[in-house]
Amino acid sequence: MNTSTRSKWWLYAILTIAVLAVAAPFVWMLLGSLKTTAELRQTPPTWWPEDPTLDNYAELFSKANFGAYFMNSTIVAVVVTAGNLLFCSMLGYALAMLEFPGKRALFALVMGTLLIPGVVTFVPLFVLVANVGLVDTLPGLILPFLVAPFGVFLMRQYIKGLPPDLLDAGRVDGAGELRIFARIILPLCGPALATLGILTFLASWNNFLWPLVVAQTEDTYTLPVALALFSKGQNATNYGLLLAGATVVVMPILLVFLAFQRRFIEGIATTGIK
Amino acid sequence: MSTAIERAPSSQRATGTEGDPSRKRRRSTGLREGRAAWVLALPFCLLFLVFTLWPVAQSLFMSFTDTRAKDLRTPFSVEVIGVENYTRAFSDETFLRAIRNTAYFVLVGVPLTILLALAAAVALDRGITKFRSVFRLGFYTPVITSIVAVAVVWQYLLRDEFGLINTVLGWFGIDGPNWLGDANWSMPGLIMMAAWRNFGTGMIIFLAGLQGVPWALHEAASIDGANTWQRFLHITLPLLRPVILFVSVTTMIGYLQFFEEPFVMTNGGPLDSTLSMSLYTYRQFGFGNYGYAAALSYIIFVAVAVITALQFRALRENT
Repeated sequence: MNTSTRSKWWLYAILTIAVLAVAAPFVWMLLGSLKTTAELRQTPPTWWPEDPTLDNYAELFSKANFGAYFMNSTIVAVVVTAGNLLFCSMLGYALAMLEFPGKRALFALVMGTLLIPGVVTFVPLFVLVANVGLVDTLPGLILPFLVAPFGVFLMRQYIKGLPPDLLDAGRVDGAGELRIFARIILPLCGPALATLGILTFLASWNNFLWPLVVAQTEDTYTLPVALALFSKGQNATNYGLLLAGATVVVMPILLVFLAFQRRFIEGIATTGIK
Repeated sequence: MSTAIERAPSSQRATGTEGDPSRKRRRSTGLREGRAAWVLALPFCLLFLVFTLWPVAQSLFMSFTDTRAKDLRTPFSVEVIGVENYTRAFSDETFLRAIRNTAYFVLVGVPLTILLALAAAVALDRGITKFRSVFRLGFYTPVITSIVAVAVVWQYLLRDEFGLINTVLGWFGIDGPNWLGDANWSMPGLIMMAAWRNFGTGMIIFLAGLQGVPWALHEAASIDGANTWQRFLHITLPLLRPVILFVSVTTMIGYLQFFEEPFVMTNGGPLDSTLSMSLYTYRQFGFGNYGYAAALSYIIFVAVAVITALQFRALRENT
């Protein structure tokens, strides 16, 4: 007993140090965004801002136009999330509860593409989007991500767990199939929809390769694209501005995560896909 | 699927003869059901066809052609050149360098990430009782953040003079390297960041897996005199094998495509030391060499597919 208490004590110490080390980059980012660039270039670095200032944020939103990029990121993420919730649950329901010709083939096809990396499709996808004139537009950013196999997988698994009697009950009452889906099935899918919604929003907010390819002017930049290009241009050593930019990209997601962290972590544990 | 099968016996029981009206009703229900199912499936299928299946097929075709950016306006001037793009890829010194760099990133990064994830999961599962969810939350948080944003932050953390990491190393009398400016240390810098950002996913999955390790086995083993380390090695680890395999493969698939880290932090340098396969593919795309870029992306795809297939085989043998 005595030895186990002692071993627990040092385990807590190690874990505390570890969690502080993991959190350090965020703390550094937040504190750094409140420092002047001159202070950020001091050796040794200061911990607490000597003279905390919001100038970096002011410059970010006035001169660097981050308000507009924030708007673009939000619009894209909201529409992409809505599309995935609706279309993936529709197909998920059909695959889980209805019988129709071609069902097995369709399911196999969708699951077969679950792991196709984005880097495989972006070249022809760009050609396609360019041919229909959607390069450098928000629809060009949104359309390719409006549905994803992962959503179908998640919704099908969840709906399969619902009692099939629901369907018969609806039919006896004379409801059409679409009505049964909208009025009976969908309201019961709350937990699965929440998980899918959070994971999709997160993936869209952080998405980089495709927006980098399609967004070609500042009108359509999303936050990660703007920040990445910003960090490579003339602002490459303007650390205060860059750290403030990183904070603006990370903070909204961090707050959403802290609010819904249980749902997040359950989603990861049950599906194994981030 | 299950509903139709489950319903079938009851309706059969109800029907006596061939022309029974209830059977007719069932057939029309089936037709209506099939129609409704396709209506529900249609929006997904259209978008999926246009934005996933078509590009996957088109990418393969394009990889056998000399498509370039200027061909966007004159698609019929594209010529099929067979496997030329592929032979070119495997004699392209820069791409071979990118393959070696990617292998370095995967072969060092994946074991490091798994080790951190496993250590964190085991410590949180059995080691402690209080504040478990606080630690879990802390370790998981980097996973949700934008790689671009954390790459910008780490670029600053890894600075030679005023970087946090070299400052901390300095406390222990270690003179840290110029991480991102030194061709020998740039990749370790990127790997460190990737492990930091990603071990939380593995940890969560391992924590779920550890719930399946029966405590009775541990008790029996400790009665037989096995210490903690022996119990971990001979009970926990073997039972966790399928989960470890799963996490390894998903991590590997992600790391094989690493792109944002070198794009933001090093631009592939110094001296191409952090140029990844994805970054080189993107560059060729940027130069307008669409056919060549498509071939390079298919090589990445094949690597991912082979690893996935090997995982499924290994899992089948295990269970």
